[in-house]
Amino acid sequence: MAKPQQHHLVGMSDAAFYRVLLFFLAPAVIVYTTFSIYPLLDTIMNSFYDRQNDGSQLYVGTANFVTLLTDTTWSGPFWNAFWNNCKFFFIHMLVQNPIGLALAALLSLPVLRFRSTYRTLIFMPTMLSVVIIGFTWQLILSPLWGIAKMFLQFFGLGFLFGPWLGIESTALITISLISVWQFVGIPMILIYTALLAIPDELIDAATVDGLNQFQAFFYVKLPLIWPTIGLVSILTFVNNFNAFDLIYAMKGALAGPNFSADIMGTLFYRVFFGNQLQLGDTSMGSTIATMMFIIILCGVMVYLFLIQRRMQRYSF
Amino acid sequence: MRKPASAFAVHGILALYTALALAPIILVIMNSFKAKRAIFNTPLQPPMPWNVDLIGYYKVFGDSSVGIYYLNSIAVTVGTIFFTLLFGAMAAWALTEYRFRWNTLLALFLSIGIMVPIRLGSVSIIQLVSDLNLINTLTALVLVYTAQNLPLSIFILSEFIQQIPKDLREAGRCDGLSEYNIFFYIILPLLRPAMATVAVFTMIPVWNDLWFPLLLAPTGGKQTITLGVQQFLGQYITDWNAVLAALSTAIVPVLLLYVIFSRQLIRGLTSGAVK
Repeated sequence: MAKPQQHHLVGMSDAAFYRVLLFFLAPAVIVYTTFSIYPLLDTIMNSFYDRQNDGSQLYVGTANFVTLLTDTTWSGPFWNAFWNNCKFFFIHMLVQNPIGLALAALLSLPVLRFRSTYRTLIFMPTMLSVVIIGFTWQLILSPLWGIAKMFLQFFGLGFLFGPWLGIESTALITISLISVWQFVGIPMILIYTALLAIPDELIDAATVDGLNQFQAFFYVKLPLIWPTIGLVSILTFVNNFNAFDLIYAMKGALAGPNFSADIMGTLFYRVFFGNQLQLGDTSMGSTIATMMFIIILCGVMVYLFLIQRRMQRYSF
Repeated sequence: MRKPASAFAVHGILALYTALALAPIILVIMNSFKAKRAIFNTPLQPPMPWNVDLIGYYKVFGDSSVGIYYLNSIAVTVGTIFFTLLFGAMAAWALTEYRFRWNTLLALFLSIGIMVPIRLGSVSIIQLVSDLNLINTLTALVLVYTAQNLPLSIFILSEFIQQIPKDLREAGRCDGLSEYNIFFYIILPLLRPAMATVAVFTMIPVWNDLWFPLLLAPTGGKQTITLGVQQFLGQYITDWNAVLAALSTAIVPVLLLYVIFSRQLIRGLTSGAVK
């Protein structure tokens, strides 16, 4: 091999080849770079500047981050939003993904009738806009309509009912569970697919060896689908730390009562656009967006380097 | 599943969960056709001739610009799907077919967007869109959504292009077809099933998104239906007939589309994307 081959198209000049490349790649690269990568980098850049009253930008180094993390007017809301977001994520991990796994396990049982009907119907809420879901649940949980109360009373549990969305200690949990209700279809479908990919012979061998369906699931199937569960976890993480719509739809930008449902996305929106309590702030908005970026990046790194690497992938 | 008892239990659990998933949606649609008194007194009763009242729907369709919002949503979604598919397929083809120096690096660059949400760049996106004089236009939304959806689209389409037999393009080249014609006349038609998958993937988040319509096109009759419903609901929050009708108006078309495309969607979710 004397000289590395530039391309494999026989009888085409380099200039013509690059014209072809340009034609096919330029539109995607231009749109993607302009509206996705550039804004992302520009936002990170902005977080190192302070916008002056005359509109000019003053380089301030990491001062915005120091302010965000230590100045009490900023650090209070920031850590509140951060921990709330962590709670939001843990509720998804502890409720949404186990339920998704259980449903997937049931759906993938051999010779199950109406399999695709169940699958289609359970996935339905996932298709709807978060705005619609938010309002629907607001109506259902509203003490005015009393549907939730009637439901609890039917089981003799009427005393448990309260205006959950309006109480500081329960608002975030309630919203998280509504989000779980909506998105349980995603882990279900992903895990279900992974389970279907396991060859029947493996399960047959296990049952011949005397394992029942439960044991076959825990000892044979579950170890094989860990990579999918890892993927589901990182998707949940990225989506949760990027969430905004549901809380905005149900609680507005103030994420009340008393910011008890505030998460990173709503904090970012409020700081950037301003609200009745404060003016919009581009620099601090960018700083919060950059923090969100760092948090999401940390999650993705943990997944790529710690989780995914240790997982054994099986191919059949 | 050999014992009928356990089969019964499995169906019991699945049916119960299905009911939990559907009940809120059914409740809203059912009550949207009823008179106010019936909504509150007998919420669980289906609409009957004696309690039907369509006043909510009159309000939704008479009072606001629902029709325009629907058209806006359709335009944005169709535009996004078109450009995502066209640009995505072109880039996927170049990246898988041609060898050039920056190939791997470029593929990596284009895949950043799969994991990093574009929303984090919102501050600069608004700045950029306002510099381009595109605030309150559907064009802005189409551009941003196309940028957002290109990475996954390129990823999925690349996988499919790799599966197309090499002989087909070589035969085309032997027959003297240009690279452009090979792509548009041989490759693109073969990509149709994959493009359907990408289209369904792109459609749902774009149709349902609240964030970018709120930021980029919040007024001036350029609202999408999701944002329009949100604004309408905020305005009529105490008018239960109107709220229920608005919710149903937004739910029903999506559910109809879902029922039609569910096979395609589930097949898409269960194949290319996440293997």
